[in-house]
Amino acid sequence: MYPLKYHKAASVDDAVAILTKGDSAKLLAGGQTLLATMKQHLAAPGDLVDIRAIAGMSGIKAEGDTLVIGAATTHAEVAGNSDVAKLCPMLASLAAGIGDPAVRHAGTIGGSIANNDPAADYPAGLLAVAATIVTSKRKIPADEFFDGLFTTALEEDEVITSIRVTRPKRAAYAKFRQPASLFALVGVCVADGAGGVRVAVTGAGDDGVFRHDGLEAALAAKWSADAVKGVKVASDGLLSDIHGSAEYRANLIRVMAGRAVAAS
Amino acid sequence: MSTGIGARVKRKEDKRFITGKGKYTDDIRGDNQAYAAFVRSPHAHARVKGIDIAAAAAMDGVIAVLDGKQLTGDGIGNIICGWAVSSKDGSPMNMGAWSALATDRVRYVGDAVAVVIAESPAEARLAAEAVEVDYEILPANAHADRALSKSAPQLHDNAPGNLIYDWEIGDGAATDKALAGAAHVTEMALTNNRLSPNAMEPRSAVAIYDASDEHYTLYTTSQNPHVARLVLSAFYQVAPENKLRVIAPDVGGGFGSKIFIYPEEITCLWASMKTNRSVKWTADRSEAFITDAHGRDHHTTAKMGFDKDGRIVGLKVDTIANLGAYMSLFSSSVPTYLYATLLSGQYNIANIHCNVRAVYTNTVPIDAYRGAGRPEACFVVERMMETAAREMGRDPAELRRLNFVQAFPHQTPVIMAYDAGDFDANLDQAMAAADVAGFAARRKEAASRGKLRGLGYSSYIEACGIAPSAAVGSLGAGVGLWESAEVRVNPVGTIEVLTGSHSHGQGHETTFAQIVAERFGIGLDAVSIVHGDTDKVQFGMGTYGSRSGAVGMSAIVKAMDKVEAKVRKIAAHVLEASEADIVIEGGQVKVAGTDKAMGWHEVGLTAYMAHNLPPDMEPGLKESAFYDPANFTFPAGTYICEVEVDPDTGETEIVQFTASDDFGTIINPMIVEGQVHGGIAQGIGQAMLEQVVYSDDGQLLTGSYMDYAMPRASDLPFFSVHNAATVCPNNPLGIKGCGEAGAIGSPPAVINAITDAIGNNNLAMPATPQAVWNAIQAAK
Amino acid sequence: MTKVTMIVNGKAVSREVPDETLLSDFLREKLRLTGTHVGCDTSQCGACVVHVNGRAVKSCSTLAVALEGAEVTTIEGLSNGELHPMQTAFNEHHGLQCGFCTPGMIMTSVDMVARYKSEGRKLTAEAIRTELEGNICRCTGYHNIVRAVEDAAGKM
Repeated sequence: MYPLKYHKAASVDDAVAILTKGDSAKLLAGGQTLLATMKQHLAAPGDLVDIRAIAGMSGIKAEGDTLVIGAATTHAEVAGNSDVAKLCPMLASLAAGIGDPAVRHAGTIGGSIANNDPAADYPAGLLAVAATIVTSKRKIPADEFFDGLFTTALEEDEVITSIRVTRPKRAAYAKFRQPASLFALVGVCVADGAGGVRVAVTGAGDDGVFRHDGLEAALAAKWSADAVKGVKVASDGLLSDIHGSAEYRANLIRVMAGRAVAAS
Repeated sequence: MSTGIGARVKRKEDKRFITGKGKYTDDIRGDNQAYAAFVRSPHAHARVKGIDIAAAAAMDGVIAVLDGKQLTGDGIGNIICGWAVSSKDGSPMNMGAWSALATDRVRYVGDAVAVVIAESPAEARLAAEAVEVDYEILPANAHADRALSKSAPQLHDNAPGNLIYDWEIGDGAATDKALAGAAHVTEMALTNNRLSPNAMEPRSAVAIYDASDEHYTLYTTSQNPHVARLVLSAFYQVAPENKLRVIAPDVGGGFGSKIFIYPEEITCLWASMKTNRSVKWTADRSEAFITDAHGRDHHTTAKMGFDKDGRIVGLKVDTIANLGAYMSLFSSSVPTYLYATLLSGQYNIANIHCNVRAVYTNTVPIDAYRGAGRPEACFVVERMMETAAREMGRDPAELRRLNFVQAFPHQTPVIMAYDAGDFDANLDQAMAAADVAGFAARRKEAASRGKLRGLGYSSYIEACGIAPSAAVGSLGAGVGLWESAEVRVNPVGTIEVLTGSHSHGQGHETTFAQIVAERFGIGLDAVSIVHGDTDKVQFGMGTYGSRSGAVGMSAIVKAMDKVEAKVRKIAAHVLEASEADIVIEGGQVKVAGTDKAMGWHEVGLTAYMAHNLPPDMEPGLKESAFYDPANFTFPAGTYICEVEVDPDTGETEIVQFTASDDFGTIINPMIVEGQVHGGIAQGIGQAMLEQVVYSDDGQLLTGSYMDYAMPRASDLPFFSVHNAATVCPNNPLGIKGCGEAGAIGSPPAVINAITDAIGNNNLAMPATPQAVWNAIQAAK
Repeated sequence: MTKVTMIVNGKAVSREVPDETLLSDFLREKLRLTGTHVGCDTSQCGACVVHVNGRAVKSCSTLAVALEGAEVTTIEGLSNGELHPMQTAFNEHHGLQCGFCTPGMIMTSVDMVARYKSEGRKLTAEAIRTELEGNICRCTGYHNIVRAVEDAAGKM
């Protein structure tokens, strides 16, 4: 770890102020990705702004059919929350499958989506249910938020405060894990919700999470596991690495989509 | 409850580990502690044109920045390989120079060029990043099969064509002739994948130099502290042996990787003297991936011939073995004497020939990793047997049975003389336990769920208890491979056993105490096992090659024999009886057939009081022994793996894993089963998950647990472990050894099962979901 | 540098530490509680697991200064005199060999059993294996660890 200055932000304004003034300042929530990156000297923020103590930053509430999940809410809290189980069980099971128990006790939904790791689970889940990301400045639709590998629509001085998810009619997430990291080699979220029928794919795209038109069209026509079997998933634009070729990932997208639909 | 041989005694050493009181090297803090961080090459191959330390030296907390020129200038010697293997033309192996800190050239990513000593680990690491090394990047090669090509970059001037040796064993002409006359020949190309040992405790060293005495103490993560001291003294000239104490305290797993003496320990000792500070270095996991010796990386083609009845007539094997950028301590022996000598497997094979070319590549050095050579041999033989059975339409179990060695001793054509075994018994036991008879029904049921079910065998043999000193000496070993022990009976009758074996998970503090407590009829708590400190233990060769039972315990038995002889003399004298009538049992030393007896503790007291000893007897009751085995031991067994493959994804689940082993006498079945579980897990890891991957130009692509897949609890089943033993006739307890069997026997069983399931025999390790899926597509 | 105060194994401790100090370093180097181990640098091996405010976390991926006022339990503080049932079960079932991963395994397992009990869920062998995904053991093949956790779950 390089030397740094730790700040415990008391409010969102406070956090924004330090972000703006600080030495390549970064926000800290669960730290489950950021601290590992810093330990390997792959990141060196001079200032770290801990947002977990900000009032209202964590916790889950239901506003009618909409879940409002604080940005600093841990994966364990999402996985075990009764409102999530009622309104969007897909999200609970997705959260229950992130990392391992100790990681889920610390890692947060806001941290996960701000990092937008191309193999993270939440981006697929939130894109599929057309979630809204609420920040210190604005409300960003998931379609606009996720913007490529480790890239989001967030500005330098912008802080995610909550995520809003409207109850989908049905949704499920199926993940095939990369055997070493346990991140998604391919994760597919299928949803019939606020954004219509959507199929969002993580782990596979060479530019991060994406929606698959062919699978969406098939499921819009008929919501069944059989419907996706006939869909041709092209390997163009898919990642190819030591854990999976683009062709293998393409196959997994189709298989995982089918399994997600069956589980929805 | 009995605590003697065969009892499931709970481990004495556990309490400190389950309460967090274990003392590992990184837990030790020397006086005036400073910390080392290494400057490592980011390039696989480069010339070092200059090192600018100015910026680093000026940083906060920096005590010294030291480089290879200073190290060699102080007379620190090059790192050596201690086993001389000659080429078939008689020429010696081509050992390239390896300095603990490179002076002019780096040959793999991670090769150390300098070290920073600082007040804290963080300051040392920051300064190490500030050392500017001017590299002239050279072409690099990471792959064994390319190393011998004309276009491959040359690593060492004295190894033309990157060839370390071109070695052979067996009769090539006779084997060719046998194969030419065979009714069936099975031919395969087999790769044994490259692995990183990954003991969970990263390597660590704490070097403490005492200037007033010119004395060094090294706490280190070692499986063999005496060998470390010997090599550090005799070859690296760090300090004479009487001025160097090596302590291997609690060590968090080794699996071979902590046998060797690495650049970091040498450098810390030297830097401690240079700075007059205690110097500590502890690897982080990323550093472990680029510094701990890797294992395996064999590329083999093999032909096995059979007569019309299915009897093997010949086996011809050609192997290229990657030894990495430099020759590590025992690297030369692994693909030769620990590999090709086991190519007869459990079978009667009249003609075997094996040729091995060992090569340099721009990768981390490769050396012994759990099994060391024997997993490679077992993989060749057992993949060939299963494949041959399929090709000939024979039952794979019956083909093995037909060819099993039945009579012992059995001399193979590749040095080894098997002393005992009952291979049928192990095969029968495994088949019954695995319910092979019910497999067809299980396969059918799995198919109804859309799963492909397969079953695979592996009948392994290994040579353990390494090893007879004269025998290994004649094969080039630079050390004798005996073991030593000292048994000290205290005046109150309690016993300390000092052993040269080293426990880093094997439970010696319990099993060694069991044989002593039983022998003298005293409680287990009255026996303490002392190991891991060159100032306490007279000498020892350490723990590897499944030798602590067969060799280490045998040394204790020999020392106990001497103690008993003296006890008999003392008791006979005090009790006025004949030595021949003395019996030791139940904590008493008695005269048989009388009520005359002394307590065990009274004998000890008598020996130390020395008021009433036989004439000419020395006081005290302490004996030592060195035990040199007469032969290797030959653990063997049959493993049966049953898998289900998901054809949509290639994902494979091991639904049943059955082991029947012959380890000879078992001291503590609980501990032996634990060794088998762990070995099988590592073998399954090799077969399905683990692989070190380098890019063509030598960048490590699997440098952390994000990319190197370690077996987790959810990857593994419960194991069905059984024992059908024959006694080893060559050591006093009849022990064969159990530490490596699981890792040796399991990989071919797994691959044989998966290939059976998917109907495609062409499947390399690791059989990841992607690899299995690809193989399924290829078979369509 | 920041002064941080927390309750470690029931005792209040204060230390002035650099802000980048990880909880694992704080425990090992500042408090000399060396039972908490560090086996990787990607927060996957779990040798460093401790309890923070009653939940298992990876101390190698937690900043010490962020834990002002927190309650931390390490392997050294798991039991008071008598061994915890999980510690006893690891001994009885030979759930450890080299012992390096053991503190993290035990802390993870205690958290796991407590969670399942509080949620009224049945802890099957399969669930134990899944719950142990963040803890890597190289020695045991997990067989006896799973047996130990099963046994201790009945006794906690």
